[in-house]
Amino acid sequence: MTAATTYGLMAEFDSPEALLAATRSAYAEGFRRMDAYSPFAIEGLDDALGPHRNWLPLLVLLGGIGGGLTGFGMQWFANVVHYPLNIGGRPFNSWPSFIPITFEMTILAAAGVAVLGMLALNGLPMPYHPVFSVPRFELASRQGFFLCIEAEDPKFDLQKTRSLLEALKPVGVYEVAPW
Amino acid sequence: MQAHPPLIDPKQTYASVTDKISSMVLTRRTPLYWILGLALSFSLVLVLTVCVTYLFIKGVGIWGINIPIAWGFAITNFVWWIGIGHAGTLISAILLLLHQKWRTSINRFAEAMTLFAVSCAGIFPLIHVGRPWLAYWLFPYPNTMALWPQFRSPLLWDVFAVSTYATVSALFWYVGLIPDLATLRDRAEGKVAPVIYGMLAMGWRGSARHWHRYETAYTLLAGLAAPLVVSVHTIVSWDFAVSLVPGWHTTIFPPYFVAGAVYSGFAMVLTLAIPLRKFYGLEGYITDKHIDNMAKVMLATGLIVAYGYLIEMFVNWYNGNVFEHYMLLNRMTGPYWPAYWALITCNVIIPQLLWFRRFRTHPGVLFIISIIINIGMWLERFIIVVTSLHRDYLPSSWGMYIPTRWDLGTFFGTIGLFLTLLFLFIRFLPVISIFETRELLSEEKDANT
Repeated sequence: MTAATTYGLMAEFDSPEALLAATRSAYAEGFRRMDAYSPFAIEGLDDALGPHRNWLPLLVLLGGIGGGLTGFGMQWFANVVHYPLNIGGRPFNSWPSFIPITFEMTILAAAGVAVLGMLALNGLPMPYHPVFSVPRFELASRQGFFLCIEAEDPKFDLQKTRSLLEALKPVGVYEVAPW
Repeated sequence: MQAHPPLIDPKQTYASVTDKISSMVLTRRTPLYWILGLALSFSLVLVLTVCVTYLFIKGVGIWGINIPIAWGFAITNFVWWIGIGHAGTLISAILLLLHQKWRTSINRFAEAMTLFAVSCAGIFPLIHVGRPWLAYWLFPYPNTMALWPQFRSPLLWDVFAVSTYATVSALFWYVGLIPDLATLRDRAEGKVAPVIYGMLAMGWRGSARHWHRYETAYTLLAGLAAPLVVSVHTIVSWDFAVSLVPGWHTTIFPPYFVAGAVYSGFAMVLTLAIPLRKFYGLEGYITDKHIDNMAKVMLATGLIVAYGYLIEMFVNWYNGNVFEHYMLLNRMTGPYWPAYWALITCNVIIPQLLWFRRFRTHPGVLFIISIIINIGMWLERFIIVVTSLHRDYLPSSWGMYIPTRWDLGTFFGTIGLFLTLLFLFIRFLPVISIFETRELLSEEKDANT
């Protein structure tokens, strides 16, 4: 394991196209433990890093269903079980008037899950990460495009990977300090 | 076909857009007009504080409300503010789903506007309840009285709709800010600012995996916010339509309220965007194309609102109900006739100028029209609330509503609160989404090559 001495190698590119092409060639070389960093979402970049299951839509669906059931259940429980009030003989379970709150609760829970789920799956908040140790990396939120191949990848080798990255015509290649 | 004008100056680069937008926040010199604006707005917040404090001491009797007009300014202002918020969600969510690229440079501050408008709106029902320290009774919570709120009442639906709307708007806004907060973290100087922006950015590092989930979450939020925004003003309109008061009990209310909300909201976006782009030199981002598009949306929704007025009159005449007939006649010729005709002038007649391209692209004229529409939409809510209540079924119970200085102070106070929050937002957070502008630039470059 080289993980103790370095987190990985990072190459900087000057355009989204260059980063996308570099990521594809790194994947073709057999690298899997890597990540690409960019100042905005680049179409296809996620796929270029390899197949990946996005659980978020399913979580949001479940959140919405849960919220809706809770919303309706709360109103049903209050009006049918816990405190039934007979108003002019109308049914206790007057479901049409429960729909607006059910709808709002569905949206509230689904939206909450979308945000918290996105953060949780991304492992955020995480105030520090090894990539931040590279001084040039602050450009990742401005105009820099970065590819980082991590040392944990079985194919990683400091010298060979560096020459491989340099062959991709980057702006620069930097070593990333470990945690 | 006419070539469409660029939404962003093609000479810009990723670095230049980032620097320009973030410099509005990170520059050390605070502009003088900002300080003056904030001082003026904040003095109105002080007026609000005084009005609300006096209200808590004396009770709602300091307002002009009475029986039969128990709903005065408080509900008028509530509906007006909520409506204004709707344009922000429309721009950020519905235009995103429709792939309208021109939303990019206006969505951030339109969302902020939503959030601040909802904050102002939320004050009114709470202080109108009479005993605001018990306002939490509106929420269902386990209590020793073993009581539940009335789930069958539109007023309670409103509690859920508005609090959900406020929460989802805040989430949407914050999620949209995360990558830009990371930009500010990386570019801010000094000791304090990078730490604060850094904490708010939660360690965002622009990883491709993160971006992918981020975009999924953002699109899903937009998909959830779109029906939500329609539901909110629909439910607000049910506060009226589900009752049996003449002029309120009508099925046209939900669509007509939603269209009116978008109408007034776009008017407010223009009222804010036109001075903003002038003072901060943002003409390269909020272009004439944006202004023109917003004016078109205003014209379209204004026509829907005008159609609503027309159908309301027709149904009033056609249904043969004497109380409804009288209500309409009273609106047009009764004691509140000046407000009614001012409303028609502001909302129906003057906005017809927007048919002409010359007016749609002239910022000065458009600014004045947008303020007129804001006033018109406020008058519309005033007319709906007051004229229906002040003369309903029983002539012996008729009355008049005359706002007091406390009504006016509270209303103008919330305008001050709204503007104060906006001034703070402009100073401390990026008013234009930086990462979406970079993305737009990348797309425009692809389209040109």
